[in-house]
Amino acid sequence: MGEVKLVGTWVSPYTYRIKWALKLKGIAFDYIEEDLCNKSALLLQYNPIHKKVPVFFHGGKPICESMVIIEYIEETWPHNPLLPTDPYERAMLRFWIKYAEDKGPSMWMVGEGQHKAEQNSLEMLKIIEEKALGDKKFFGGDNISMLDIVLGLGHWLGGEKLLEAHKLRRLHVWLKNFKQVPVIKEDLPDLDAMLAYLRRQREMSPATH
Amino acid sequence: MADEDVVLLDFWPSPFGMRVRIALAEKEIKYEYKEEDLRNKSDLLLKMNPIHKKIPVLIHNGKPVCESLVQVQYIDEIWPHKSPLLPTDPYQRAIARFWGDFVDKKIYGLESRKVWSTKGEEQEAAKKEFIECLKLLEGELGNKAYFGGENLGYVDVVLVPFYSWFYAYEKCGNFSIETECPKLIAWAKRCMEKDSVSKSLPDQDKIYDFALHVKKVFGIE
Repeated sequence: MGEVKLVGTWVSPYTYRIKWALKLKGIAFDYIEEDLCNKSALLLQYNPIHKKVPVFFHGGKPICESMVIIEYIEETWPHNPLLPTDPYERAMLRFWIKYAEDKGPSMWMVGEGQHKAEQNSLEMLKIIEEKALGDKKFFGGDNISMLDIVLGLGHWLGGEKLLEAHKLRRLHVWLKNFKQVPVIKEDLPDLDAMLAYLRRQREMSPATH
Repeated sequence: MADEDVVLLDFWPSPFGMRVRIALAEKEIKYEYKEEDLRNKSDLLLKMNPIHKKIPVLIHNGKPVCESLVQVQYIDEIWPHKSPLLPTDPYQRAIARFWGDFVDKKIYGLESRKVWSTKGEEQEAAKKEFIECLKLLEGELGNKAYFGGENLGYVDVVLVPFYSWFYAYEKCGNFSIETECPKLIAWAKRCMEKDSVSKSLPDQDKIYDFALHVKKVFGIE
């Protein structure tokens, strides 16, 4: 069907999402690390609109934006599904993905905004724990879904103590289970480096998210 | 699929609501439209969208679906046989989703609102960015009649509601979108020839009056 390639960076959670999705489906791919201080001609050619990673290639055809890429992966390789088959359940999952995407980056704020960002984040985590996770093992039920992947490197980033301290017991258990999944366990990022990178990004362009 | 219970909680100037109206009209689905007073939200809205308390909310057989892009995809999946909005090919679907996401981030996003809600340098910068984004969309449209090809597709449904706001943007920003992006305006007018679109979009003058009212209420000069 064609070669699969991923251009990404080791400090971006968005890159990890794609790697995890591909590995969960057992799809072989070439990974190319992009130097973000010196964006390659390849990146600028295939993502001229946003000039960002990750960029995904299948049979030479590029796709950008992590959630667009994951939906494509799901449709092209439907085994080990990351989305439910029922349209209503799918709509619910997509709703929570958007919620996580919209609220997520505020956690990476620094300085004065930080306390408020943490408060907002906690509120958000409580809602996610109560309404999206409930008593399930993963957000997808017994198996990992797109939502687990998105939240796996969510805005709580590095804040496991946060989950413990604020008694988000179910999320704490979920995170432990998530990190035990073999494909995830063997490919976990350096969280400190990632957090530092995300905060720098936030400082540079506070208007975008 | 007769006797399906479909309710839409909406607010007439909302371009997000318009997306859902168009999608339902394209699929010829009968539904009950309920206008919400956003200063006095109904119990139904608060119950059906407790997280965001926002419209539009699509209620299908009593179950709520929120977020307009999620709603449009849901409508397309539930009623796939009439006027399919997303293409069948996965790569073409990815392209459509990419541009839908682009429209949401760049045209409906917070930066573009500065075109009508600010003045001076801030407004000029917002106008420039806004036009650049519209031109990128023109590039994607190319010589096609619609973003969906021969028929209305996902990107058309996601973008065209914004056309109802163009006049308000032009008056507040003192510029002409048609001069900068004639192909896009031609596309929008082509979409408006369809009932599903023309009956879902309010009159541009009414939107302009609404925008002025909002500016007054929020003390925006």
